[in-house]
Amino acid sequence: MNTDILIIGAGLIGTSTALQLAMRGCRCIVIDKASPGRHASGSNAGGLRQLNRDLAEIPLSVAAAKMWHNIENLVDSDCDARFPGQIRVAENQSDMHKLEQRAAMVRSMGYQHEEMIGRKELFQIVPALAPHCIGALICREDGYARPYHALTAFRQKAESLGASFHSDCEVYNITQEGDGWSVRTSQGTYNSSIVVNCAGAWAGELAAQMQEPVPLTPKALMLMVTERLPHFVDPVMGAESRKLSFKQMQNGTLIIGGALVAKLDFEQERTDIDWQQLAASAKTVLDFFPQLQDVRIVRAWAGIEGFMPDNIPVISASHKANNAYHAFGFSAHGLQLSPVIGLIMAQLILDGLSELPIEPFSISRFNH
Amino acid sequence: MRDHYQLIIIGAGPAGLAAAVTATNHGISCALLDEQASPGGQIYRAIESAPATRAQVLGSEYQQGKTLAEEFRACSVEYFPECKVWSLNSEREVGVLYKDQSKIISADQVLVASGAIERPVPFPGWTLPGVMQAGAGQILFKSAGVIPSDGVVLAGSGPLLLLLAWQYMQVGVEIKAMLDVTPHSNFLSALTKFPRALLAHHYLTKGLIYQRDLKRAGIVSKMAVSNLKAEGNGELQSISYRHLGREHSIETGLLMTHFGVIPDIWLTQAAGCQHRRDSSQQCWRPQHNEWGNTSIDGILIAGDGAGINGVRSAEYAGRLAVLQALFSLGVISQAERNQQSINPRKQMRKERHIRPFLEAYFAIPQNMLATTDKSTIICRCEEITAGEIRAAVDNAHGDSNQVKYLSRCGMGPCQGRQCANAVAHIVADAGGEAISDSSLFRGRPPVAPLTLAQLASLSAENAS
Ligand SMILES: Cc1cc2nc3c(=O)[nH]c(=O)nc-3n(C[C@H](O)[C@H](O)[C@H](O)COP(=O)(O)OP(=O)(O)OC[C@H]3O[C@@H](n4cnc5c(N)ncnc54)[C@H](O)[C@@H]3O)c2cc1C
Ligand SMILES: Cc1cc2nc3c(=O)[nH]c(=O)nc-3n(C[C@H](O)[C@H](O)[C@H](O)COP(=O)(O)OP(=O)(O)OC[C@H]3O[C@@H](n4cnc5c(N)ncnc54)[C@H](O)[C@@H]3O)c2cc1C
Repeated sequence: MNTDILIIGAGLIGTSTALQLAMRGCRCIVIDKASPGRHASGSNAGGLRQLNRDLAEIPLSVAAAKMWHNIENLVDSDCDARFPGQIRVAENQSDMHKLEQRAAMVRSMGYQHEEMIGRKELFQIVPALAPHCIGALICREDGYARPYHALTAFRQKAESLGASFHSDCEVYNITQEGDGWSVRTSQGTYNSSIVVNCAGAWAGELAAQMQEPVPLTPKALMLMVTERLPHFVDPVMGAESRKLSFKQMQNGTLIIGGALVAKLDFEQERTDIDWQQLAASAKTVLDFFPQLQDVRIVRAWAGIEGFMPDNIPVISASHKANNAYHAFGFSAHGLQLSPVIGLIMAQLILDGLSELPIEPFSISRFNH
Repeated sequence: MRDHYQLIIIGAGPAGLAAAVTATNHGISCALLDEQASPGGQIYRAIESAPATRAQVLGSEYQQGKTLAEEFRACSVEYFPECKVWSLNSEREVGVLYKDQSKIISADQVLVASGAIERPVPFPGWTLPGVMQAGAGQILFKSAGVIPSDGVVLAGSGPLLLLLAWQYMQVGVEIKAMLDVTPHSNFLSALTKFPRALLAHHYLTKGLIYQRDLKRAGIVSKMAVSNLKAEGNGELQSISYRHLGREHSIETGLLMTHFGVIPDIWLTQAAGCQHRRDSSQQCWRPQHNEWGNTSIDGILIAGDGAGINGVRSAEYAGRLAVLQALFSLGVISQAERNQQSINPRKQMRKERHIRPFLEAYFAIPQNMLATTDKSTIICRCEEITAGEIRAAVDNAHGDSNQVKYLSRCGMGPCQGRQCANAVAHIVADAGGEAISDSSLFRGRPPVAPLTLAQLASLSAENAS
C-alpha cells in the first residue's frame, strides 16, 4: 500500500497529527497494532492541566488550552470538556512557599494562568476540603475531558477530511528506501514518503529501528474510580507534597490517581494493580476529604504510557534520516497537549519548522 | 489470618469443601475463604442450619451436603467465613476483606472454587421491581425459609427452574404459570446426546418426576414460549408472552426468571487467566486442563467456576485439583497423585454424561442472548439500552471494551457482572461477527466493591 504520510499509532497524538495534516489537504494513513485509543489515550484520567507544567512545556500547554476551549470548532464535539479549574493545595508553610515561588517564576516568563489563592478563597472554591489546608496554586481555565470521546471525535473529524485509520496493523520493521520508507506490518507492507512515529510507550522500539535510540521507559499508571456521588467538588485537586490527583466527573464518579505505578510485563502487555499503592492513595484522599470514607471503589485499571528521563516528550524531526518525525514519550500528560502537537507536527512536516518553541523536545537531546 | 499459606481455597461450595478436606488430610497449611456466613456454597446454602422440614423440601441432593459439611468442620483447615476476596493476581496474591479490615495474603497454590452465577438475560421490563432471578428466590428460601405469599410466575429455562417450581409447589406457593422459553428446535439437537445421557439416567428420572408432580398439582406449564415481557408502571403488574402464535398475558406482581447458570469468572479474569468461549454452555470459562491448572502457574480452578458440571462433579474436581496442588507442593509424588485420582476421575466422568444433553436441550435462544429489542435496558447501573449499544458498535470497532468506554455500559457499581455477557452477544450480533474468546469486557478489579476506608486499611495493616 502506498501513501504520502504514514502515522504509526492511533492514540491522541497520531490522531491529532492526522487531523491537522488532513485539514491541510494531505493524504495520510494512521495504523495501529490494536485500535484507536486502545492504550494511554483511551485509559487516561482526562485531566486538562496547564498548572505546574515543566517550564519548557508552558508555551505549548497554553496554546493547547486555547484549542480545548474552542474544541468544538476543531472536531465538531465538545469532547465533554469542562473547565472548573485545577488546584494544587498547600498543607503547610513550606508547601505555600514553594507554590509562591512557582507562581512568581511563571509570571516572570510573561504568563498569567497560574495564581496563588489564600485559605479563604480556597474554601470558597472547595468547601468540602479538610480544614488543615492553607492555600493553593490555581489555574482557573483548566479542567478535564472524557478521553475516549475526545479521541473518537478527533478521529471522526480526521476521517471526514480524508485520513484513513487501519486497526490490528502492527509495525514489525521500518527501513529506508531512497528518500521514502518501507514499513512491514502484520497487514502487509506500506510504502510511504514520510513516517511519523506516534507509538506511545512502544515508540522507543521504532525509534531504535530508525537508528535513533532513545531512553524511553514504558510504565503502567493506575487509576481508580468510585461509584457516583452527589456533586461536591468542582476543580481537579492535586497537592504540592503528596501524590494526589482527584476529580469528580460530570456523572458524579470520582477519578483518583496521581503517578501510581502498576506492575508491568511490557512484552505481554500485562499489568497487575499494586494495591499497596492504591491503599496509600486512598488514605491520602481521606486525609483531604475524610467524609468520603464509605464511598465504594468500583474499578481500578492501569494504562501503559511512555516516559522520558526528563519527563517531557520528544517532538522532533529525525536527526538521522529525511522524512521521519517523532512525537512520543508524553510522560503522563499528553492528553492536554494533544491538539497542539498535531498542529506542530503538521507544521514541521509541511513547512519545515514549528511556530511554537520545540527545541527542548528535540530527539537529539539524549546524545550526550 | 496468616500472611502466607501453602494453599488458599476460595469458595466453600462442594468443590472448595471437598478440596479443603483432601488438602488437610495431607497436613499442609490451608486457608478457605468464603463470603457466606456458613459452609455450603450455592447448592448447600445454610446446610448446617436449615430445619429438617425445609431440608426435606429442598430434596435429597441438598441433604447430601450435610456429610460434606461435617467432614469439613472436622478437618484442620483455617476457615474464614464472611470473608470477601476482592483481588487475585498472577503472583497468587489474594486481596481479602475480613472483619472490615483489608489484607493481602499469598499462597504457593490458589484454588479458585467460586462456583456459578445465574446467567443474566435482559428482556423487556426485566429491571422492574417485582422481577427477580429464580436463584435469588431460592436463596431466600434456603437461608431464611422465605417464600412468595401472593403467587409467582416462573419463566425461563433449565433444570434449576424446574427444581425451584417443585420446591415451591411442596410448600404451597401458588405457581400461576411455568413458562419455558426452550424452543422446539432444541429437542432435535438434544436428541443425538440422548444415548449418552441415559448413562446418567437418574438425572433424567428425577426431572421427569418433578414434571409429573407439577402436572398432577395442576400447574399450568407452557413450552416454547417467546416474546417474554414484564410490564407495569413503576413495578411489575403483568407479563405477556407469545405461545403457539398467540399473545397472552398474566397479571402478577412477581416474576422469577432463570436462564441457566454460568461460571463466576471474576477472580480468574482479575488474575489474567486465559478464558475460552464455550459454545455448548453459551458462556466463557477459564481455560484449564484435566487437573484444573489454569493458564497461570499455581492458580487452579475447580467446580462450576471452571464450567458448569453440577454439584457432584464439583466435589470430584475439587479433590483432583488439590491432588495436583499437593503434587506441585512436593507433598505427594506424581505416582501418588495419579493413583489417588483414579477413583474421583472415574466418578466425575460418570457424572458428566448428562451434561451435553442438558446443554443442548436447555440452550437459550440466540434472540434472547442478543436481544433485538432496542429499548431493553442492558446495563442497569448506567441505564444503557440495547439500542445504544448497537449504535456504539461501529465507532467502537466492534470491541465490547470500547463500547464500554463510549457508552459507559458496564462501568457502574456491579462492574459489568449483569451486562458483560449480553453486551458481548449484542456487539457480535450487531457487527455480524462470531462471538469469540475475547468478546467479554476485560476484567477490572476489585472483584468486589471496596470502600475507600476499607482499601486504606490495607496500608495501615502493612505498616503495623
Ligand atoms: C493512567 C493514565 C492517566 C493519565 N492522565 C492524564 C491526564 O489526566 N492528563 C493528560 O494530559 N494526560 C494524561 N495521561 C497521559 C496521556 O494519556 C498520554 O500522554 C497520551 O494519551 C499519549 O498519547 P499517544 O498517542 O502518545 O499514546 P497512545 O495512546 O498509547 O497511542 C500509541 C498507540 O501506538 C500504537 N502502537 C504502538 N506500537 C505500535 C506498532 N509497532 N505498530 C502499530 N501501532 C503501534 C499503540 O497500540 C497505541 O494505540 C495519562 C496516562 C495514563 C496511562
Ligand atoms: C443461585 C444458584 C442456585 C443454585 N442452586 C442449586 C441447587 O439447588 N441444586 C443444584 O444441584 N445446583 C444448584 N446450583 C448450581 C450449583 O452452583 C452447583 O452445581 C454447585 O453449587 C457448584 O459448586 P461449586 O463448589 O463449584 O460452587 P458454589 O457452590 O457456587 O460455591 C462457590 C462459593 O464461592 C463463594 N465465592 C465466590 N466468589 C467469592 C469471592 N470473591 N469471595 C469470597 N467468596 C466467594 C460463593 O459465595 C460460594 O459460597 C445453583 C447455582 C446458583 C448460581
